[in-house]
Amino acid sequence: MPASSLEPQIATQPDSAGHFGPYGGRYVPEVLMSPLEELENTYLAARKDPAFQQELDHLLHTYAGRPTPLYYARRLSEQLDGARIYLKREDLLHTGAHKINNCLGQALLARRMNKHRIIAETGAGQHGVATATVCALFGLDCTVYMGEEDMRRQRLNVFRMRLLGAKVVGVTIGSRTLKDAISEAMRDWVTNVSTTHYLLGSALGSHPYPMMVRDFHRCIGVEAREQILHAEHRLPDAVIACVGGGSNAIGIFHPFLPDTSKDTGVKLIGVEAGGTGPELGTHAARFSGGSPGVLQGARSYLLQDEHGQISLTHSVSAGLDYALVGPEHAWLHDQGRAEYCSISDAEAMEAAVRLSRTEGIIPALESAHAVAEAIRLAPTHRNQIFVVNLSGRGDKDIDIYRENLKEMDQGIAPE
Amino acid sequence: MTRIEQLFRTQPHVLVAYITAGDPAPDRTASLVAALVRGGADLIELGVPFSDPIADGPVIQRAGYRAIQQGTTLTRVLAIARQIRQTSQVPLLLFTYLNPVESYGVARLARDARDAGIDGCLLIDASVEEAEDYVRAMRHEHLDTVFLAAPTSSERRLKLIAKYSSGFIYLVSRTGVTGEQSNVSTSVAPLVERMREVSPLPVAVGFGVSTPEHVAEIGRVAQGVVVGSAIMSLIEKYEGREDLESHLEQFARELKGGFAP
Repeated sequence: MPASSLEPQIATQPDSAGHFGPYGGRYVPEVLMSPLEELENTYLAARKDPAFQQELDHLLHTYAGRPTPLYYARRLSEQLDGARIYLKREDLLHTGAHKINNCLGQALLARRMNKHRIIAETGAGQHGVATATVCALFGLDCTVYMGEEDMRRQRLNVFRMRLLGAKVVGVTIGSRTLKDAISEAMRDWVTNVSTTHYLLGSALGSHPYPMMVRDFHRCIGVEAREQILHAEHRLPDAVIACVGGGSNAIGIFHPFLPDTSKDTGVKLIGVEAGGTGPELGTHAARFSGGSPGVLQGARSYLLQDEHGQISLTHSVSAGLDYALVGPEHAWLHDQGRAEYCSISDAEAMEAAVRLSRTEGIIPALESAHAVAEAIRLAPTHRNQIFVVNLSGRGDKDIDIYRENLKEMDQGIAPE
Repeated sequence: MTRIEQLFRTQPHVLVAYITAGDPAPDRTASLVAALVRGGADLIELGVPFSDPIADGPVIQRAGYRAIQQGTTLTRVLAIARQIRQTSQVPLLLFTYLNPVESYGVARLARDARDAGIDGCLLIDASVEEAEDYVRAMRHEHLDTVFLAAPTSSERRLKLIAKYSSGFIYLVSRTGVTGEQSNVSTSVAPLVERMREVSPLPVAVGFGVSTPEHVAEIGRVAQGVVVGSAIMSLIEKYEGREDLESHLEQFARELKGGFAP
């Protein structure tokens, strides 16, 4: 019997109803059950169809810019004098983040379902821009819901979406951020199910979204695994990624899930937003501060008060600022296959500055959380290899960097 | 037999009135319910506000927001139910989302709801696939579980909905969120027919019903008619006024008058 068969078997697919252990599933009003079934059937058929995969691969290659490089961050690693840190450069993709992988996949599905109207939610605007981009590419009608508070914080991305031909609708209810934008998109979908595809932007929501979005981002991990084997002739010791809904993280983690052997096992580390402190409302650390619950179609770890009302969350990075974590992460957490930690606003800022100055790469604030965890771990993990998913670039965050770094008096934002 | 079953057995036409508990204030709800009942409401859906009501339109969203601001919790809504029960035997159906119920504890809620005089429960985001534990807990305390059926529901799903429902089945007149509209959908009659083929349970039709004319139209094909957002609009409009109750009573009376004699 091969040794590996004695290792714990990690389930890599949900059950037929979309459950990852006790998480995931379908918790939506009855009207949405039939479009979810339609989407599931369309996706499962497409996944088996070589023509679909071929068209998607072609677009990922010629339009989005895959494969992305795996870059050895030499100066950063040498400075830290510990682990060797590699960066998976999703920030180099078209539109500036990994989000485009999923958008291309879902746009192809929308076409297969003959749905010509696309709706999406966006927090920071990255998914909204990627959605507006693929809608322009495929000639689809595009409406993006965005909280008014986020529209104010991310004016540039609002304009980018409009330039791409999308309609951006401000959401004025609740906290006016991502959570409220998702609710509003679901209300639109419930009303226009027959003509509309909801292009959900993370590994969240009801089955099949968490599985499907993960699959569309799996290319990140497949490439990274091959690239690190080529560069180092062995698997990494750890893969580190930030987790909001968790799409970039599950995309890079998934191909490493079976790598659990004692000698060559790969540790998977998800980094949540620690915000400004441990009190409810000041962070988005669902694993340390939350408990299982149901929000917006799925069961997972959730930040909620003692009455089951959803808590407000905070992160300097809008992409991590969400009350529920993707359900597959909840399952990986409970099984002990992945571990989750949090990085504060200030640590993420500091990591962003450091990466900018040692490697000439300005990361998105979301990705800076993963970089910060690598920086924290590296000095005590000499001879180890880390792969960090650099999920997006920092252009969208320049205004926030300026504002925050001025306060920290780092002297890099002279007026 | 539950109060809900009794009602549908004895009344040819059932006016179901939805109210978000706690809006404009928790200590006003019992009095508003009494006004609706005086006007002719036969069954009250007592809405427990939830922070993220994905199935609700703007009127009920705002009502829920105000109710939460007023400190309305599930515990408080049960106290309101007890208060209503002191003077009325009107059937009461809790209407909310899954998360506040799970946070309270499903089995604990079933017991406490029973003690408070609640007759059944409708969780709008609990699909039948995910509802087995919840249904078992409610049935254990002899509470009815009402599920929604929609024009988009397949026959397979209608059968599942019938299997898990008791008391009555709530048919959604159209795709969309809760809210008023000028015309009620023509898709409702075929849905009533399809439902009848798979279940003997009575049906009530809701979503978008706001006038006596709508009640008349739907009352021709379904035993029950549900009005929600139009009631919450009225509460929003007359919120600060003492004659709110008389406006509600009058409105319920007009709606009830929509049913054919």
